[in-house]
Amino acid sequence: MADDIFERLQAALGPGAASSSVAHGIAVFEIAPAALTGFVARLKGEFGFDLFLDVTAVDWLPQAPRFEVVWHFYSTTHKVRVRLKVRVPESDATVDSLVAHYGSARFMERECHEMYGIDFRGNDDLRPILLYEGFEGHPLRKDYDKEHEQPLVPYRT
Amino acid sequence: MDTETRIPNPVRPAFTQGERDDTVIVNIGPSHPATHGTVQIIAELDGERVLRTDIHCGYLHRGFEKECESHTWHNLIPYVDRLNYVSALVNDFAYCEAVEKLMGIEITPRCRYLRTLLSEYSRLVDHLTCVAAGLMELGAMTAFLYLVMVRDFMYEHLADLTGARVTYTYGRIGGLARDLPDGWLKRLSEILVQYEEFVGRVHGLVDRNRIFIDRMRNVGTITTAEALDYGFTGPILRSTGAPRDLRKDTPYLAYAELDFEVPVGINGDNYDRYYVRMREMDESVWMMRQLMEMLPAGPINVDDRRCTLPDKKLVYTEIESLINHFKLIIDGPKVPAGEVYSAHESPNGELGFYLVSKGGGTPWKMHVRAPSFVHMGGVHRMIDGDQLADIVPTFGSVNMIGGECDR
Repeated sequence: MADDIFERLQAALGPGAASSSVAHGIAVFEIAPAALTGFVARLKGEFGFDLFLDVTAVDWLPQAPRFEVVWHFYSTTHKVRVRLKVRVPESDATVDSLVAHYGSARFMERECHEMYGIDFRGNDDLRPILLYEGFEGHPLRKDYDKEHEQPLVPYRT
Repeated sequence: MDTETRIPNPVRPAFTQGERDDTVIVNIGPSHPATHGTVQIIAELDGERVLRTDIHCGYLHRGFEKECESHTWHNLIPYVDRLNYVSALVNDFAYCEAVEKLMGIEITPRCRYLRTLLSEYSRLVDHLTCVAAGLMELGAMTAFLYLVMVRDFMYEHLADLTGARVTYTYGRIGGLARDLPDGWLKRLSEILVQYEEFVGRVHGLVDRNRIFIDRMRNVGTITTAEALDYGFTGPILRSTGAPRDLRKDTPYLAYAELDFEVPVGINGDNYDRYYVRMREMDESVWMMRQLMEMLPAGPINVDDRRCTLPDKKLVYTEIESLINHFKLIIDGPKVPAGEVYSAHESPNGELGFYLVSKGGGTPWKMHVRAPSFVHMGGVHRMIDGDQLADIVPTFGSVNMIGGECDR
């Protein structure tokens, strides 16, 4: 059944993607940043991918474009997952927000924003969750040194 | 010196002014005796009614994902243990399976059944903790003591197997740390009988208790559509009536061979979540009994030099095994380049690991899709509109685990 839905997905959405494949049981589409919201709307509306699992990014330093933003979706009807990937450069690390389609996107995008500095256009609440307000830099970027500490409350000496 | 300059506030509230002039904004937490874990709730109240809330987690953030990028694949197992520290075995197995997928390893039959058995054991422990703590917060101290006593039998029993009560580090890439000790399964069947006795007493104490029903029924209600929209999975989604369970939907380990049901609720309220968890525990016990019968003999680790440590005797006697051992410890297992997302049905919902490898002994990226974290993005939908005192049972039924929420 999974193969069947993957074939239908590739037939319908493959032409709109830069590449499409099936890896470890997940359909993977690489798409252009501008195509994202249209793609997700079809994924949700036509194919029933109703569960937004998460969004994260991969820092491919020193490659260009540097960041790869990765989304995972699940369909409760077809019981399969889809992964979307969008490459964005460091100079314009912006993608469209999916808050219009999924309520959980609001929170997950906040995390991706604080960890990688990806801007989600249309998400009006990008406050940090795990870090504090005023933390400098984005800790999951490869050029953020693991040893670099920024304690909010100074350490006792 | 005023508090403001001494300790800066780490969070920026979503609102500081009430929508009306007769409401009041209160701050609950981050360290509050009636909430599980460290979480801060900023709530606007109209009398006792909660109008809206702004929920902040992150007080336990310790940089799990960043830390993972500088250790070998094997060394991450103790870290993933500490995500959901109430059911650490599920984390271990979900992580190991993700790495095994990347390496193209198929685990041995005994390991597959043992992992399934221990996953269900972990689910039992996790649900016992959640139900017990939830009941205690409503004043049901007897029920709490019954359940936690049984849980402690299980902790001690798991310590016999793994050497630790809570964070076991028992999974290995391609297998398990060690096989079952003698008499372990016999003791397990005794504990399961004790579990049934005490859970039966808890059913008798609370199921039809007027106070319990009044506090739980129609409180913290959420619909299936809302739950899906906010990414809820696990018992919360199932309490709304959606039978979504990865063990049935995308069977992994040995679940395809087991006979079990997926309990669902009707209303999506606190009572349904209590009952879904109670029923799931019974299903877990039933699965464990089947697995004890099915458990085959044989090795627990795959015979694959890329991940399994050679036998200690060989390490001391032949140079190839010595080098193999050193290479696996110092450089880590070589995981082929690629990416994988692998998810297990953890007691709280979908626990997914997204791994990216560049072909080395350490991950290029490790991302965990932790159910508790996703739930924190939507829990305000369950709290808003109810009474202030309802935050306690509702938050208890969400079962936020700080370790996986804040990683």
